[in-house]
Amino acid sequence: MLSKKEYAKIVKKHSGKSPIVKDTLRAFCVGGLICTIGQFFRNFYSAQGLNKELTGTATGITLIFIASMLTAIGVFDRIGKFAGAGTLVPITGFSNAVTSPAMEFKAEGFVPGAAAKIFTVAGPVIVYGTTSSVIAGLIYLIFIK
Amino acid sequence: MVIKMKRAGEGTVIFEKKPSILSYAAVVGKKEGDGPLGKYFDEIETDAYFGKPSWEKAESENLRRSVMHTLEKGNFKPEDMDFAISGDLLNQCISSGYALRGLKIPFFGVYGACSTMAESLLLGSLIISGGGAKNILCATSSHFCSAEKQFRTPLEYGGQRTPNAQWTVTGSGSAVISDAEGCPSIEAVTCGRIIDLGVTDIGNMGAAMAPAFADTIKRHLNALQRDISYYDLILSGDLGIIGKSIARELLLKDGIDVGDKYDDCGAMIFDPNLQDTHAGGSGCGCAASVLCGYILPEMQKGNLKKVLFAATGALMSPTSTMQGESIPSISHAISIEA
Repeated sequence: MLSKKEYAKIVKKHSGKSPIVKDTLRAFCVGGLICTIGQFFRNFYSAQGLNKELTGTATGITLIFIASMLTAIGVFDRIGKFAGAGTLVPITGFSNAVTSPAMEFKAEGFVPGAAAKIFTVAGPVIVYGTTSSVIAGLIYLIFIK
Repeated sequence: MVIKMKRAGEGTVIFEKKPSILSYAAVVGKKEGDGPLGKYFDEIETDAYFGKPSWEKAESENLRRSVMHTLEKGNFKPEDMDFAISGDLLNQCISSGYALRGLKIPFFGVYGACSTMAESLLLGSLIISGGGAKNILCATSSHFCSAEKQFRTPLEYGGQRTPNAQWTVTGSGSAVISDAEGCPSIEAVTCGRIIDLGVTDIGNMGAAMAPAFADTIKRHLNALQRDISYYDLILSGDLGIIGKSIARELLLKDGIDVGDKYDDCGAMIFDPNLQDTHAGGSGCGCAASVLCGYILPEMQKGNLKKVLFAATGALMSPTSTMQGESIPSISHAISIEA
């Protein structure tokens, strides 16, 4: 019988590798495009007379809405397949990560299905994102302020 | 009592009176219908939901339809079946349980992951040979969407699949085996052992399962004192393109050169260049629909005489994967003769 180490070598020899250069280029272009669209909305809301903070909020809401809608009509996963981290990293990825399980688990009802499972993908980001912001806040409070 | 089977060692049993496979059918989804074997399936359903409100119900409906085709094609009524042996990938084998609940056939639910078709045929042929039944219905199914939901990420999640990933087949295969004379028939079976060579990447299932397949083939040939030349075709279940090339190398290391006699259902069912299926098909329905839709009819026509069908299954769950466990695998072999 082969050892696990010997077998790992055989597996590596036969397995394919992700096309990192192609994936990175696509992620850069699509991610950049999403940020450019975000900037367009920022300029638009700013021109409507919203202050800096409200402009940011309105831009975020708009991008979240668009990504969620594209998820609902079954388009976002195709863009995501093409762009990878390009759609995952911006706020659009978060929106998709919340909308897609809500759609998937709706079959088990709105309470035990959609609502209970809505954060199965994005949950860790919320938990650790909130925790790290508390820690960063404490550091700021204790050492800087 | 007449003994109709003989223990050959290495988990292998050879039948003196061979259980026949009297009727079979395969029902698949659109993508499988668009694939290279599309024209062989009994029914291609273009609606991924199979007219039902959820993916789980869709899979169950797929299995039910394949069973109905099999019974109809063999002019059987459900009450002609002494037992039904079926299993699938969904938790608690719900596709099988719900698909068969209306038929009132005494039921065995089995779980062999994607090796389930081979496992149900193996158990069924042992029961028939032992005189415990006249007709047994064997079935299994898988569905791309229900499998993604249970094992991976939601369908609309915008992620990328790795180059080694396989595509779960939406499909079901079923067959009636019997103690009546008929063609093709099951001549010998080898029960698989659980093999784990430490693969943890659930995006490379072919690599996890290839050693189990190689182990079963070696034990089967050894027990029956045969070499590859005995068979027209050795068929693995869903190793896919990568698992297939690994299996070839593993067997070669043990002096078994499968040459052009070896193929894999997962590598056959899709065209990876046109259908974007990466390393090929997987799932219980992969091996089952290729066997019941393509291989068995070819054997009945006389185009294939001796086939060693060895479906492969990965015995992990999302929980074991999250706990860092590697993927134990199994492969059961059925030697079919026309």
